[in-house]
Amino acid sequence: MRSVISKSAIALALGVTTALWVGGAAAAETPKRGGTLLYVIPSNPPSADAHRETTFGTIHPFAQFYSVLIRVNPDNPASPTDIVCDLCTEMPKPTNGGKKYTFKIRKGVTWHKTAAGAKVSEDVKKVYDQVGGTPLTAQDVKATFDRIIFPPEGVKSARKGFYTMVEKISAPDDETLVFDLKYPSGAFIPALAAPYNFVYSKKVLDMDQRWVEKNVLGSGPFRFVEWQPGAFISAERNPDYYHEGKPYLDGTEAIFAKKYSINLQALRGGRAYIQFRGFPPKMRDDLKKALGDKLTVQESAWNCALFMTPNNKKPPFDDVRVRRALTLAIDRWGGSKYLSKIAIVKPVGGIVFPDHPLAATKEELEQIAGYWPDIEKSRAEARRLLKEAGQEDLEFVFHNRAVDMPYKIVGTWMIDQWAKIGVKVTQRVQPTAPFYATLRQKKDFDVSMDFNCQSIVNPLIDVSKFNSDDISGNQYAGYQDRVLDDMWEKMNRTGDVAEQRRIMRAFEKRALDEKAYQFVTLWWYRIILHRSDVKGWKISPSHYLNVDLSNIWLEEPLRSESLK
Amino acid sequence: MYQYIIKRLLLMVPALFGAAVLVFFLMRLIPGDICDLRIGGEGGYRDLEMVAACRTEFGIDDPMYVQFLEFVWGFIRFDLGTSMWTGQPILYELGLRFELSLQLAIMTTVISILIAIPLGTISAIKQDTWIDYVVRSFSIAGIAVPSFWLGIMIILGLLIYTQAWFGTPWMPPIKYVPLWEDPGYNLSMLIWPAMATGYRYSAVATRMTRSALLEVLREDYVRTARAKGLLEKVIINRHALKNALLPVVTVIGIEFAFLMGGLVVTEQVFNLNGLGKLFVESVINKDYTLTQALVMLVVTIFIFVNFAVDLLYGWLDPRIRYA
Repeated sequence: MRSVISKSAIALALGVTTALWVGGAAAAETPKRGGTLLYVIPSNPPSADAHRETTFGTIHPFAQFYSVLIRVNPDNPASPTDIVCDLCTEMPKPTNGGKKYTFKIRKGVTWHKTAAGAKVSEDVKKVYDQVGGTPLTAQDVKATFDRIIFPPEGVKSARKGFYTMVEKISAPDDETLVFDLKYPSGAFIPALAAPYNFVYSKKVLDMDQRWVEKNVLGSGPFRFVEWQPGAFISAERNPDYYHEGKPYLDGTEAIFAKKYSINLQALRGGRAYIQFRGFPPKMRDDLKKALGDKLTVQESAWNCALFMTPNNKKPPFDDVRVRRALTLAIDRWGGSKYLSKIAIVKPVGGIVFPDHPLAATKEELEQIAGYWPDIEKSRAEARRLLKEAGQEDLEFVFHNRAVDMPYKIVGTWMIDQWAKIGVKVTQRVQPTAPFYATLRQKKDFDVSMDFNCQSIVNPLIDVSKFNSDDISGNQYAGYQDRVLDDMWEKMNRTGDVAEQRRIMRAFEKRALDEKAYQFVTLWWYRIILHRSDVKGWKISPSHYLNVDLSNIWLEEPLRSESLK
Repeated sequence: MYQYIIKRLLLMVPALFGAAVLVFFLMRLIPGDICDLRIGGEGGYRDLEMVAACRTEFGIDDPMYVQFLEFVWGFIRFDLGTSMWTGQPILYELGLRFELSLQLAIMTTVISILIAIPLGTISAIKQDTWIDYVVRSFSIAGIAVPSFWLGIMIILGLLIYTQAWFGTPWMPPIKYVPLWEDPGYNLSMLIWPAMATGYRYSAVATRMTRSALLEVLREDYVRTARAKGLLEKVIINRHALKNALLPVVTVIGIEFAFLMGGLVVTEQVFNLNGLGKLFVESVINKDYTLTQALVMLVVTIFIFVNFAVDLLYGWLDPRIRYA
């Protein structure tokens, strides 16, 4: 008893000390105005229209120009469930049995006027003259979500499938936006908070639905200055931004640089202060060695998972025993420990992002084939299953993507894991386009690497990858299982979290263990490097989130340096 | 002469057509298409309806011969179309990058000439002396060392040594600013890739200059000039070097054409938004229209540079007559 009390006292003292230290640090770190944030983006955006695109290459440069209705809390982005208002005034409570959401839109939000020195054509200036400075209303937000959920002819909406629960959207007045759902769904609010849901002006959309593909006119923290495709995009502070005091920066400049070596060198050489996607552990260690305390490292579990996908239609992988043997051979707990030193993988998890309340606990995971705590027992079972299936001398080709990080590294590790149960595997790597062609069109692989990489953590939608291949757009194992499809529907048609969780466990057990269709290997691990004088930004579990840059400020000497 | 020029111009047509056939079919031989990459290309949700709409929009569903005829017809009308990836007119995409690539090609060629002609000449004059051996080793190293590797070494060297000497690491800028806007900034960005690539190309030209000059120096007219008592400097500069430059000009001309679209890796290493980088990205993105346009552009440049070099022969060597 005494021991418990003393431990509690120590814990309390530590807690208080930590709180005081954090509070002190926060007090010392008062945001400062000014400076230009230089950052690199390892991509080149295909267009500026986030409703249409599926790449972070569109989010990283353009999120700063736009408002969204709701978003992941920028002050607590690590939480996969903390969703707050951006354009709305407060998060609504659903009514009508969970089928109606009424958002109040904040007053005083205006569309950007032309920035000083903006390099835009005369035609674009005319649009700015018409729209700039006018108030953003619920009609704009309605037009935006109509475009996303019910896209008009000729408009492409990449994620309209996220909103199958939505029946209609209405804006009875300029401050009220109503979503009527066909059924209550736990997937709705996270889907609304997807970072792709830039709010566009109704006037602009009425004029030309595709105008926003090549041009920018938003209401977010920064105003558009110049975009040179393949090179850079620059922005200046929006003086009329509605979140008081923000943004802190005078402007931003994003440089497109696909090569990670350039990203790293740019951070080292002061040509950029941050990159928001992530770096491998080796680069983190090298840069830390070079820059010391001038570099800050933030790390997080990443809402991307590497999959091992057997071709369920191709013998012997049409035999569940063979598929189970493949997953039983893999030591995920051990792999997490060692691979995380050299690759961007770490968390062990099931089908749901590990930090989410719907994810399996460690105890629950350990009941699933491939996650057993005793790897020797697991491999013995794998060998037994292969023998039973008449596949003791199994040999196959493992199809992988010709990208080192993390695909080839994890692929090579998996081949070694399979060798431990006597399976001989050779690896075939392909560049991205042929890799996808093999998965999606040719479908002639034995077992393939695959991945599921989502933006906002929305497990109810993210696990749709396990649905039958005639329903899911990204299930490449080639199976159809109506039981799983029904479970998925039920999960999505209830607002009760406990019920969602119960169904999710059964769904997971069936997909990964009983039927052993396809497998999660390890979840990714995000490592963000930035100059220590970049303040106010916090890491999130996805590289798509928290990149509107409104929270960021620069400490000296970087603030002055950035102005040179 | 005019007959020769017309004949050469006419010969360009089958060459361009051959290139068009090759690039069109080779691109489509590689499995996968732009819609696979653009929709769900980063492992996320993939809307099958949108994939189908994408294929229809880009005409990927059309029969192959229809796509080919559209491409050739567009090229004949000088209409390169729009990039499948960005939706921007291809001429706009090329225009954005052309200036940087042209400046880099010119700077590289100038560096290459500045190194190659004097070194090749000295090496020939001082044949089989230690000077010759040093120059030959230098040029062999230039051929052996890939320019992208040299580029990486230059960047790392700058980062490491500036940090060691001045306390703050420095690297060349990674955002292009035109020469007339800020010459200092522009040159501080482009001089390094120009040096890395220029050294590589100078190596070939140095060896060419040396061997061509050695051959010319053994000619009878050079012996005659020496017998007349002309100064060695005059013999080399006025009589030998000009004639020895014929093959060197050919090499430099072809190199220049290559530099316009071929600095694929060097542009990546230095993050230069030039035609080479655009080339790589268009191939990776399976952007058929852009890749086709870029290949046709480079082929056209090659053909015209070759043509110009052939015409230059006549000026360098009056004995050459065109028929």
